[in-house]
Amino acid sequence: MKKNDWILIITILLIAAIFWLIHTKFLQDEGSYVTISVDGKVIHQYSLEDDIDVEIKGVNEGINRLVIKNGKAKMIDANCPDKLCVHQKAISKDKETIVCLPNKVVIEVHAKEEQEYDAVVK
Amino acid sequence: MTQLLNRRNNLINKIPYLGVFTAGAIILSYIETIIPFYFGIPGVKLGLTNIMILIILYLTGTKDAFLVSIVRIILTGFLFTNFYSLLYSLAGGIVSLIVMSLLKRTNRFSIIGVSVAGGIFHNAAQILIAIFVVETASIAYYLPILIISGVVTGMLIGILGKILVPRVRAVIVR
Ligand SMILES: [Zn+2]
Repeated sequence: MKKNDWILIITILLIAAIFWLIHTKFLQDEGSYVTISVDGKVIHQYSLEDDIDVEIKGVNEGINRLVIKNGKAKMIDANCPDKLCVHQKAISKDKETIVCLPNKVVIEVHAKEEQEYDAVVK
Repeated sequence: MTQLLNRRNNLINKIPYLGVFTAGAIILSYIETIIPFYFGIPGVKLGLTNIMILIILYLTGTKDAFLVSIVRIILTGFLFTNFYSLLYSLAGGIVSLIVMSLLKRTNRFSIIGVSVAGGIFHNAAQILIAIFVVETASIAYYLPILIISGVVTGMLIGILGKILVPRVRAVIVR
């Protein structure tokens, strides 16, 4: 390996570390509610305090089943071909997401402050 | 005239090898689709196929690498995946190849550095497409994991490339 290779790798890892710091700083907030978006538009929001089991209609006849239990949201079933959304961990912290790309369904956790702000806007 | 003949001969000789590499890349793509390896971000792959692209880049050049990369992506897109995966692969494959080709041309990096940069840009391009597809910028929070995984797989593939390139060259150029 050349010296430049090391410079490249170390620079990249530093950038990742900075991103990670910003990331955790913003992620520390506990989530309060989740929004469900289909094709970029928010169609629903649910409190993380409620126990919920809903089917979400995605694009192209996509269906995703979202469950909220014990303050965590998880995609438990989907008819997408890759099933990657179903394999994602349960989410509960602010700004965490579960994404189903084929069905264009995004579940996103938000902190309380944002909810109040949203309420004012609406 | 002899030079022209030689060039034609080289071109003809190259085609079977490019075919073999394309086939190899397709097999690796298939292996990637069946490995239960998941980063937490949809569509993100280990990038095993990059070893084939890297070898071609160092043996016969950028154009051939592009050709094999695009043929591989389109064929695997039809064979094993869906439209969105095809889109991610295409973005990841093209961007990483452009970056690798440019870095290689500077002669300042070894094959390992070139491969690492390719791995990172492969992942970064995929996440960029994901942001547009689902219209959610918060996926960008996954970027650090993607960068680190890009470095790790890039290094492994680079080391493998360093071992394989001279050997494959010895087989092809006799
Ligand atoms: Zn899904």
